[in-house]
Amino acid sequence: MKNSYARRFFKAASLGLILFFSIIPLQASPTSKSVTEEDKGSSKKEEIKAYIKHHLQDSYDFSLFSYTSADGKHHYVGIPLPVILWDEGLQIFSSSKLHHGDAVAQVGQNYYKLYHGKIYKTDAAGTIQYDADHHPTNTKPFDLSITKGVVSMIATCLLMFFLFRSLAQSYSKNRGIPTGVGRFFEPIVLYIRDDIARPNIGEKHYQKYMGFLLTVFFFIWFLNIFGLTPLGINVTGNIAVTFGLALLTFLITNLTGTKDYWLHIFDPLGNSMPWIAKAPLYVILIPIEVLGIFIKPFSLLIRLYANMQAGHIVLMSLIGLMFIFKNWIGSPLSFGLAFAISLIEVLVALLQAYIFTMLSALYFGFASEEHEH
Amino acid sequence: MEKLLEEFSLGLFVWQSLLFIGLLLLLGKFAWKPILSAVEERENTIKDALSSAEKAKEEMQAVQADNKRILQEARAEKEALLADAKKTATDMVNQAKDNAQAEAEKIMQQAQEAIQAEKEEALKELKTQVADLSLDIAKKVLEEELTDQKKQTALVEKLLKASKI
Repeated sequence: MKNSYARRFFKAASLGLILFFSIIPLQASPTSKSVTEEDKGSSKKEEIKAYIKHHLQDSYDFSLFSYTSADGKHHYVGIPLPVILWDEGLQIFSSSKLHHGDAVAQVGQNYYKLYHGKIYKTDAAGTIQYDADHHPTNTKPFDLSITKGVVSMIATCLLMFFLFRSLAQSYSKNRGIPTGVGRFFEPIVLYIRDDIARPNIGEKHYQKYMGFLLTVFFFIWFLNIFGLTPLGINVTGNIAVTFGLALLTFLITNLTGTKDYWLHIFDPLGNSMPWIAKAPLYVILIPIEVLGIFIKPFSLLIRLYANMQAGHIVLMSLIGLMFIFKNWIGSPLSFGLAFAISLIEVLVALLQAYIFTMLSALYFGFASEEHEH
Repeated sequence: MEKLLEEFSLGLFVWQSLLFIGLLLLLGKFAWKPILSAVEERENTIKDALSSAEKAKEEMQAVQADNKRILQEARAEKEALLADAKKTATDMVNQAKDNAQAEAEKIMQQAQEAIQAEKEEALKELKTQVADLSLDIAKKVLEEELTDQKKQTALVEKLLKASKI
């Protein structure tokens, strides 16, 4: 009974979320950024570069595409998302007010302006002050906006919850045999258990890490795959997201570390030699080991970030090449290349999720090791 | 590095952490735990089934061996019984034969004894009769002798012929 209530609740919640986004009309907001002749002359390359850069960043609205109409105005088609700022109180407003950086949003007594993908507090005219290095000096209010990345993550979380909840339920309904899409996912779950967790962590301790390993694997994999859809999501290529994931690996590793784990860091040589011989070695060894604690998860966050970022850059550059070549040889060629890279990216999406999970399991294995030195 | 730090969005990090930890807890409770326990249960079921099948096979083999042994024993017993019966039968037949022979002999003996007795009786009677006859003949011969020699001889012969023993 309890389960069915929870199910109903989540169904209602997800339905509400879908309705929330569908009620808001797709806003085609014309802006006054007119394209001058010299802009056109500055070549398509700059435009493509800016477009890729823009794509790689998180954005305040779920933009689907944009175009320039005949009168030279930029039109953005997408769904505006709520902006949540902490600026002497909670400020919540729709991102449509920001007009993609072209207008100043007035919220109560405050004025905000989007500048290079970040929201700054400005005066009514929206002036941005710069320091010597051309960095804005305006205050940046603490930003908790539901950005495109957050929406993608919420969608992924919901998808994962329903997917694996239904897999879990299919066991009890079908006497221990999965049905439907669970047949595809069960072997992957088993693979993570049998080929990632068990050999790396060990039979004794692997169970307590299974939840994290499974969640992180599917979370990264799904987000990577969504990043390849034309929706243009780039969540796992965002340093804040990979940092959050790696931070959890770091915390779990060190919070579950056994005595042997810490001994291995602060007394790596053990009883193999007298302390007087160890002391000079430890001047070097211990800092290295301590540094290692941080470098291991740091490598995780950089690896995932860089791989996904690079994949998106390469893919979008190849697509951009089509518009630069604009001829019968170059464009199909770059289309073919883009297609090939897309296929490779599908593999990379899985591979990076695997590597992150695998290395996390390896670090957990270090943390939970128990043996005599 | 500076670019990375500039790109880092604290808000996104906060949302990511909240969402991910929430997902972790929810999935842990509602998905991974039941999935893993169901899978483990299934694996144990399969393992148990396999081992019980193995055990059943062994038991089957033991039963078959038992059956074979019992069959062999039964066969041996049957053979022993048969041999026994045969022996008893032959014994009985032999016994019967012996008995019969003994009886027969006994009967024969009795018969012979009876015959002997009878014979002796007959001989006795014969003797008396012969004596009587002899006396008779002698009386008649004597009577005849008195009349004619020839007639006497013929008479004796005639009498002898008539009294054929």
